Parts: sequence; structure tokens; C-alpha cells
Amino acid sequence: MFKVELVSPEAVTYTGEASMVIARTIDEGDIAFQSGHVSFIGALAVWSVDVIREGDDRDVFAVHRGFVQVSGDEVTILSDVSEKAEDIDVDRARAAKAAAEEALAADHDDAEAAGALARAELRLRVAGVE
Amino acid sequence: MPGGKERELRRRITSIQSTKKITRAMELIAATRVVKAMQRADASRPYARRITSVIENLAAGGAEVDHPLLREAEQVKKVGYIIITADRGLAGGYNSHVIKAAERELMAHRAEGKDYSLFCIGKKSNGYFRFRNYRIDHSYTGFSDSPTYEDARKIADEVAEAFISGDVDEIKMIYTEFISMGTQNVTVCGFLPLESTETIASEGSGSAEVAASFEFEPSPEAVLEALLPRYVEARLFGALLDAAASEHASRQRAMKSATDNAEDLIVKLSREMNAARQASITTEIMEIVSGAEALGSGGDTDDLAAILSELSSDASPA
Repeated sequence: MFKVELVSPEAVTYTGEASMVIARTIDEGDIAFQSGHVSFIGALAVWSVDVIREGDDRDVFAVHRGFVQVSGDEVTILSDVSEKAEDIDVDRARAAKAAAEEALAADHDDAEAAGALARAELRLRVAGVE
Repeated sequence: MPGGKERELRRRITSIQSTKKITRAMELIAATRVVKAMQRADASRPYARRITSVIENLAAGGAEVDHPLLREAEQVKKVGYIIITADRGLAGGYNSHVIKAAERELMAHRAEGKDYSLFCIGKKSNGYFRFRNYRIDHSYTGFSDSPTYEDARKIADEVAEAFISGDVDEIKMIYTEFISMGTQNVTVCGFLPLESTETIASEGSGSAEVAASFEFEPSPEAVLEALLPRYVEARLFGALLDAAASEHASRQRAMKSATDNAEDLIVKLSREMNAARQASITTEIMEIVSGAEALGSGGDTDDLAAILSELSSDASPA
């Protein structure tokens, strides 16, 4: 078991003990951390972070623009936005997805819309509706 | 007319009393807000500290990038100023101190022939610089007393863009640093270009166990490149929160002294009013006594009541 912290610019949003943390870095590789992992710093993709607690309980977060730092027996996720699966507003995410798709259909190179679409899809996936 | 003076004073006292009620309420509101603002500033620190610690570890890991945010211009032709003030006044010297410091800085740079670009945060700085016909390139209002990270991000994005595009060669930030409830200092600091990663690292706690060699994914450079914009945002956010706490602390202090002054004034005016009332009573009695004496020497005491009532009807409309 080791300590996990999710830190956003406004506050420490989550602290807990976990047996494993699974995240994905920007070059699209999933990475799992367990106790005793080598010190590690990675930039995270717009993806989910799974915190697996004792037994098979898990907390799932949607994380945007994040970083992970592992040092000693502590995993820290730094991120602007980290939403817990239960806290995600599904209707809002759906609306955001529809808006982003529309914007993308009009302009295929709209990077902002592409980002928004990725975020909305991640939210829906983490919330477990799609 | 002694009675007139009394009434005039009574009216002033009532008006000061209601002003006092307002300033007292503002003082209490500011007192609770400053506590909240301090808590928010404290809550934001772990993130800033961790970001710095990551940079520390990156610097130790030998990451060197030629990131545009780190690039120093060979010749500074245009300086950007981020000026953080409040949306509202009645906060003592809070706004004017920041504005004066900013204008001084701006004048000094202008004397050296450098152009300026203003990023004004808060209605007060916008109003001041617009009135004096300065060119305001970016203006942000409406969140000075409780800024969110989203606000900081929006501003940081535009500031970084202006810097990266080469429109401005250097950016300074002028804001009020919150040190304690009693002390807030106006600070002028360099915002961009960022110091080299080594400097940022050395400003950090130094407590990070740099000894452990880190693995980086995808690479130290890529992590640093993604991290620097976050660092800029976190710094701006920290400054906004500090400024908000300072604003509330200044307002609390200003409103406390306004309430105290109102109290003093009420005491002083009440004394004056009592003296005036006493004077008018004394005058009335004197008039009655002298009237009675005049009658007494005249002999006819039956008319005394009639004369007294005449006197009092003379005195009352005064």
C-alpha cells in the first residue's frame, strides 16, 4: 500500500491509500504503479486515472492536462481538472460532446474542438455511460 | 437660534450613525472573506509546491529545453505589465498603491524608450489607466475578490501568447503580496521570461529528495515543455489569490478605521448637541426669570401667568 494524492491548483482533491494506480502518459502508454516503483515523472494524456484500493475497490478519475510524480512511497497526480467518476455531470458532458462534434464537422482542423471532444468522451467513458 | 443648531446636529448624528452601520457591516463581511481568501491561498500552495518540485527534479535530471517561455529577448523594446487591482474601492490605499507602483515602473521604462502593453485586472486599474489615456491591451474584470483557476488560465494564456508571439519582450507583474493580516506589500516582479529551470529549482524548498534518479516519460524535455505553461498559470493564480486576500484585509482595515472615526464623530457631535440644548434651556430660564423680576418690581403678580405663557410661545418656535 502507498499514498495517493490528487492535487489541483485550487486544492488537494483526493488523498488515499492504494495498492495500484493506473494512468496513461502522453505517448499513449498505460503505466501502472505499485508500491516500490522507481521514482518517476510523466506527463499524462487526457485519460482516466484508476486508483485501486485494498481488495478490488477502485476510484476512477477523469484527468486533463496532468502530471504524475512518483517518489518514495507516494504517487502524486497534478492536474487542472480531475473529476471523480461519480461527480461527472453526464448531461453536460453529452452536450459538450455534441457541440464539439458539430464544431469539428464544420472545421476539421479545429484543435480546440478536438480537445473538447476528447475531454467529453473521456468524461462519458469514466462515468461509465459509453 | 439655539434650537436650530440642536436639530442640525441631531440630523448629522443620525446620518453618521447610518454610515457607521454600513462601514461596520462591510468590516465584518471583509473579515469573513479574508479568512476564506487565506484558506484558498493556502489550499493552492500544495499544487504550486509540487510543480516547483517537479521542475527541481527535472533540472536535476538534466532537462534543458529551448522553450519560448524561457527565451530572453536580446533587446527589450516593449514591456508588458500585469496589474492586479480590485473591482471595488473602499479598501484604503490598496488600489492606489498598486496603480502608483505600476505607473512609476511604466514611466521609468518609457524614459528608456520602451513601449508598454497593459494587462489590467480589476475595474480600478482599468478605470485609472483609461482615464489617463493609456492604451489598455487586455482588460479583465469581475473576479478580483474570488479568482478561480479558470480566470488565471485565461489571463496566463493571453499573456504567454503575447510573449511568445514576440509582441512584448518582457512581462512584469505588479500585485499586492499577502504576508499576514497586518502586512501586505506591493510587489513588482518579473513574470516572463521565466528564470531558467535551475533558478526555479533553487527557489524551491530544496527538500525534494533529488538524490533519487527519476525516470521520465516521454522524456525530460517533453515533460518540461508541458509543465512550463502550468507553472506560469500557477504563478499567476497564486498572485491573484494573494491579491484577493490583501484586498479583503485592506478593506477590513479601512472599514474598521472608518467605523472608529464615525464613533468618535458621534461622541463629539453628541457633546456639542447637548451643550447647544443646555444653552437654549438656560436662555429660556433666564428670559423667564428676568421677565418675572420685571413684573415683580412692577407690582401686579396676577399677570405673571399670562406673561409667562406669552414668553414660552415666543421661545418655542425658535
